[in-house]
Amino acid sequence: MALLDVRGLTVEFATRAGPFRAVEGVDVTVDAGETLAIVGESGSGKSVAMLAVMGLLPWNAKVTAERIEFDGRDLRALSPRERRALVGKDLAMIFQEPMSALNPCFTVGFQIAEALSAHGAARGAEARKRAVALLAEVGIPEPEARARAFPHQMSGGMCQRAMIAMAIALRPKLLIADEPTTALDVTVQAQILDLLKRLRAETGMALVLVTHDMGVVAETADRVVVQYAGRRAEGNAAAALFAAPRHPYTAALLDALPERATGERLAAIPGAVPGPSEPRLPCAFAPRCPRAQDVCRTQAPPRASTGGEGYVHCHFPLPAPAGERAA
Amino acid sequence: MTRALEASGLTRRVRAKRGAFGRTATVHALEDVSFALDAGRTLAVVGESGSGKSTLARIVALVDAPTEGALDIAGGRIDFADAAALRRRRAGVQMVFQNPYGSLNPRLTIARALAEPLDVAGVGDSASRRAAAADMMAKVGLSPEHAGRHPHMFSGGQRQRIAIARALMLRPKLLVLDEPVSALDVSIRAQILNLLADLRREFGLAYLFVSHDLSVVRHVADDVLVLYLGRIAEIGPREAIFGRPMHPYTRALLSATPRVEAADRARREPLRGEPPSPLDPPSGCAFHPRCPLATARCTAERPRLEEKRGRLVACHEA
Ligand SMILES: Nc1ncnc2c1ncn2[C@@H]1O[C@H](COP(=O)(O)OP(=O)(O)OP(=O)(O)O)[C@@H](O)[C@H]1O
Ligand SMILES: Nc1ncnc2c1ncn2[C@@H]1O[C@H](COP(=O)(O)OP(=O)(O)OP(=O)(O)O)[C@@H](O)[C@H]1O
Ligand code: SF4
Ligand SMILES: [Mg+2]
Ligand SMILES: [Mg+2]
Repeated sequence: MALLDVRGLTVEFATRAGPFRAVEGVDVTVDAGETLAIVGESGSGKSVAMLAVMGLLPWNAKVTAERIEFDGRDLRALSPRERRALVGKDLAMIFQEPMSALNPCFTVGFQIAEALSAHGAARGAEARKRAVALLAEVGIPEPEARARAFPHQMSGGMCQRAMIAMAIALRPKLLIADEPTTALDVTVQAQILDLLKRLRAETGMALVLVTHDMGVVAETADRVVVQYAGRRAEGNAAAALFAAPRHPYTAALLDALPERATGERLAAIPGAVPGPSEPRLPCAFAPRCPRAQDVCRTQAPPRASTGGEGYVHCHFPLPAPAGERAA
Repeated sequence: MTRALEASGLTRRVRAKRGAFGRTATVHALEDVSFALDAGRTLAVVGESGSGKSTLARIVALVDAPTEGALDIAGGRIDFADAAALRRRRAGVQMVFQNPYGSLNPRLTIARALAEPLDVAGVGDSASRRAAAADMMAKVGLSPEHAGRHPHMFSGGQRQRIAIARALMLRPKLLVLDEPVSALDVSIRAQILNLLADLRREFGLAYLFVSHDLSVVRHVADDVLVLYLGRIAEIGPREAIFGRPMHPYTRALLSATPRVEAADRARREPLRGEPPSPLDPPSGCAFHPRCPLATARCTAERPRLEEKRGRLVACHEA
């Protein structure tokens, strides 16, 4: 049974221009010890989907789903008390905006110690000692001194790491990390990614990694979900997805990488993701898609299996690589 | 080939408060940086946060003055003390930032924002300025119907096109780009990098391209300058730097960069710790506290930039 099991997640915002579906029919399943990456261009609803799972969206959001289960429990049916006991302990999230997750009025060490004692893991001097050890674990130099610092006294990268320390303090079963290393130098990013891999190996932590960085995805994820304009495009094992993308959007995204450039010019995708006020076609990618036909603009693309755990939502997916078709 | 830029011994030290309450101290933001850049070529500047990339970019863009050193642009020495001369020279160098929103006046329409540099410089009449703005919009791939819109109506990628268009209005020979694609998505990033490649060819531009993304740098750069704590660690042609990095810091940066292709993945040479504070850089080689190769000599003596295997590198052990 999956540790996190979300089916048909839809999030609709009430806006002045009318209702806007930021997420539409998305599935997210993660097993214990597994790393799932969610990729897609800015505005494709990655953060909104994760905030919906955590129950952290503002009042103007309407969340519907066939299922939102964590560790066998329906997250929507939890009482506020049960939710507090779960969130921050077994289920933790690292936010895209680090400053928003740290309280400016308290030192970083105090906030981590508080998180530990709130869940009964340690208190007093023991909790403070563990907080310093956690700061050291995320590679913060002079952790004793930093534990006494307020968030505004630290750089953005340092705050980001303090937040990661807080998120992993209680050794969560699942960590949802929204762009956890985007603000960091590659050297620090490498330290953090190694730390997350180690936690996964040692504690069986599952990880949902939301990121733009395809290199990070290729090096850390077991499985990848590609999202476009709030909808699923394709999902597959990471190696299979990078080797043989089947959705035209996935293929275009990979072709646009400088690593995959063949000459001076990159294979850019024309156009842009539709904005909140723009109409969406049955296949939202159709206006930018080189394979699009009339049917893409009139009928929602069907879901097709691409073998194993892979699937694609497309009327005209790219052909499977020759070896697989023969098999 | 014409030389677009020659920098020698550029240094910038800033007086700053040490900690929240401390006394003032000197920040060594940039120390003794020399290089040359030819027309039509791209020099990428890489290094960790705080290594001095933006400090260098701002000096080259004539925004800040160096504490020491000399800068020649298009063959003429820049006199940072002569404000009037400096203003005239600024037309020849323009800068594009990571966050284009901050550099665009929210109240100006795009057409006015593009014509403004010409107004300020007193170039042409209003009709010719409008025509030049429309012309540049087409060159950067903005449609004419965008002319009357304000910056908030554009996406991040479109705003970056506008910022690039505006920077080119005075037909500079040198463009300083400080993390120009770092805030953009993969697909939009590709559009902007293609645009920059086209414009470089069309106008014979030279680019000083600051980026922390080594896969982007590998694609765009002719030459690469690696900064560590304000000093050049290694500088040379892209093929030399990426193909056979010699400074242990360059190697660490490259090995920490996540790779899409499994075949490209090198063994990690993890770097411990952080760059030290530029308030009091370490003795000898500034990299020695983090360096896997450091010897006693590295603690005592600063390595000079020396030519080795087709690039300049500052390391006793390289
Ligand atoms: N509270 C809200 N009210 C209305 N619309 C919202 C709200 N929060 C988010 N949105 C919209 O939902 C869409 C998806 O946003 P989301 O932040 O999930 O994108 P993302 O995929 O995480 O992008 P990025 O890569 O830039 O972080 C966007 O168009 C955004 O403007
Ligand atoms: N006006 C100033 N006052 C105090 N310190 C300064 C000033 N300008 C630059 N510095 C310091 O000089 C060093 C170099 O800064 P710079 O902004 O050039 O780094 P950078 O390489 O561009 O970093 P990033 O990748 O974070 O943009 C930093 O330690 C910075 O704190
Ligand atoms: S459904 Fe049609 S438009 Fe959409 S991705 Fe597939 S081919 Fe392209
Ligand atoms: Mg997001
Ligand atoms: Mg900078």
